[in-house]
Amino acid sequence: MRHAALTRTEVVAGWVLRVIAIAVLFFLIAPILAILPLSVNDSQFLTYPLRGFTMRWYEAVFSSEKWRIALKNSFLIGIPATLIATVLGTLAAIGLQLADFRGKAVLTALLLSPLIVPIVIVAVGLYFFFAPLGLTQTYTGLILAHAALGAPFVLVTVGAALASFDRTLARAGASLGAAPLVVFRKIMLPLVRPGVLSGALFAFATSLDEVVIVLLLGAPHQRTIPREMFSSLRDNFNPTITAVATILTVLAVFLLLAVEWLRLRNERARRKLDAAPVQE
Amino acid sequence: MSSASVEVAPRQTVRTGAEAARLRRDLRRAGRRRQLAAIALVLPLFLFLMFSFLVPIADMLRRSVVDPDLAAAWPNAAVVLRAWDRSSPPDEAMFAALGRDIRASAEARTIAGPARRLNYALSDGRSLVMNTGRALRKLQGEPASWRDTLMSEDPAWGKQKTWIALAHAAGPLTDFYLLTAVDLERDAADRITSRPPDQSLYLTVLQRTALMSVSVTLLCLLLGYPLAYYVANAPARSANLLMILVLLPLWTSLLVRSAAWIVLLQDQGLVNDLLRASGLTDGPVRLIYNRIGVLIAMVHVQLPFMVLPIIASMKAVPPAYMRAAVSLGAHPAIAFFRVYMPQTFPGVAAGTLLVFIMSLGYYVTPALVGGANDQMLAYFIAYYTTSSANWGLAAALGVLLLVATAILYALYARLTNLGQIRLG
Repeated sequence: MRHAALTRTEVVAGWVLRVIAIAVLFFLIAPILAILPLSVNDSQFLTYPLRGFTMRWYEAVFSSEKWRIALKNSFLIGIPATLIATVLGTLAAIGLQLADFRGKAVLTALLLSPLIVPIVIVAVGLYFFFAPLGLTQTYTGLILAHAALGAPFVLVTVGAALASFDRTLARAGASLGAAPLVVFRKIMLPLVRPGVLSGALFAFATSLDEVVIVLLLGAPHQRTIPREMFSSLRDNFNPTITAVATILTVLAVFLLLAVEWLRLRNERARRKLDAAPVQE
Repeated sequence: MSSASVEVAPRQTVRTGAEAARLRRDLRRAGRRRQLAAIALVLPLFLFLMFSFLVPIADMLRRSVVDPDLAAAWPNAAVVLRAWDRSSPPDEAMFAALGRDIRASAEARTIAGPARRLNYALSDGRSLVMNTGRALRKLQGEPASWRDTLMSEDPAWGKQKTWIALAHAAGPLTDFYLLTAVDLERDAADRITSRPPDQSLYLTVLQRTALMSVSVTLLCLLLGYPLAYYVANAPARSANLLMILVLLPLWTSLLVRSAAWIVLLQDQGLVNDLLRASGLTDGPVRLIYNRIGVLIAMVHVQLPFMVLPIIASMKAVPPAYMRAAVSLGAHPAIAFFRVYMPQTFPGVAAGTLLVFIMSLGYYVTPALVGGANDQMLAYFIAYYTTSSANWGLAAALGVLLLVATAILYALYARLTNLGQIRLG
């Protein structure tokens, strides 16, 4: 019915909008895709058109001591940082949801501030603060810093999962005689699990892509993948880096799809819960 | 509350005052227990962030006003300098305290600290201190006049400006670094004045940082609004895919995206090939390692942060409003601008602030795709921390950046419900 009322100008405006939007979307996606084919291009030069197919840039990555150490360091720092961020962030998100207390708004803003404070400030602050404690140029220091950056993501995702959590469920459990810990484990945790998992993925991705803190705090033997890419981009830009970029992009797609899948599952579960009383 | 009243009600229909009071007390107690449990759960993260985030930043801020270098090496001079009124000419006692301290620190090899500190304030402060130190080490016994000795080493010791700089470096607090960060200094009469142009740098950097952030934000808004409209109003089937396409750049490593732009924008890159093939240009256009490259790459990085909040606000606009406006006779364009757009302002405001805040602190992208004249505030903070070890100045520039960020963040927090940021 609305279609009939569309004037010529509206149709034109609709098309103009569509063209602009798709052009912007192209601007967002195309550069990321453009670098991928170069990773199998049989040429020293990072230019199109492609010459021929080769796997030698990938071989160069996997046989290189430099990239192997970088990969190891990325995980050696990323996994413990993610664990700390996830545990502390989940507990805090539950705490913030549990009750109101004085200064809660300010506290929440403080806990989320690592998302906003410029990373250079964090890095410089830690550089000064960790030095007398002997924590610069150590894995511990880098792990602590990355955990601090990741924790707010967990706080946000678990908070979002809890915001839709129906507290009567916990009360029902308690009134049926379940101890608080049992209520937490059997009722609350399964419902917030998608939030916890996507928060953990965000925290891990944050650590995996962080370069400024590693740049300032890391020792030479603690170079991570982004740190190694940073110096490659500045000093000797060669096709090996396109192979690393491709691997990282594939990883990013996987992480993104995992988080989207968790979100959809969470939404579906929520809809089912909301719909349940109506069906009865 | 419900379980308590169920217990009480059947026994007695009329509730006495005492029972109501007991009920209230129980309720309060339960509420307090919940509060304590809540605080106990939040505490670990809070303490962790205190140690690995909040205290380090506070400590950095402290360094912008604390000035320990001179007082550590020249303790006696520091005492007389602090007592000095800064307008009368320095007397012999002050010269003596300074001369003895310089000699002692030259012998103890602690003279580098004050030398470096005075070099920040005086154009040849380092050589002044180091040369004087070398000369005084050779001095036998006490000279008749420390004033004449020092002045004969270097007439700069007789200048009021030198002593003002010494007094400001004597600690424990100083406004020197904060003033320097905005291209100000103290003159011979201890008044705050602008630095000479050849020593002014930071206002230019601040201006550049603000200008780049504004440009990036406006470009993101210009590009992001139509895209957000398209995604928010897409049919359910394609909406999810579109959403994933908007989120993919967010998940892709910043370094990968920088590499992509370097490849695309180089002289032999795809963009230059296309420009030449289309006949727009003859030779390669310089698109990277300059302002254009930084703008393109930064807009690419920030665009999703603009688009996502706008999509959220657009999805909340009831379609009936537009239909009502049109059915009441408004031209669709008027209905769009006067009915639809104002309802998306919360998302626009959130996205704009978010992008602006994040742009202010940018380091990696300008460092990789910018030239020497495209570096922003963050670059200088990192530079003064690691390369030149002028920590006070690094901290003072950090204060500027952090204050700007904090003000905008407070605004942002008021405009949006922080817990509702959509991350994925």
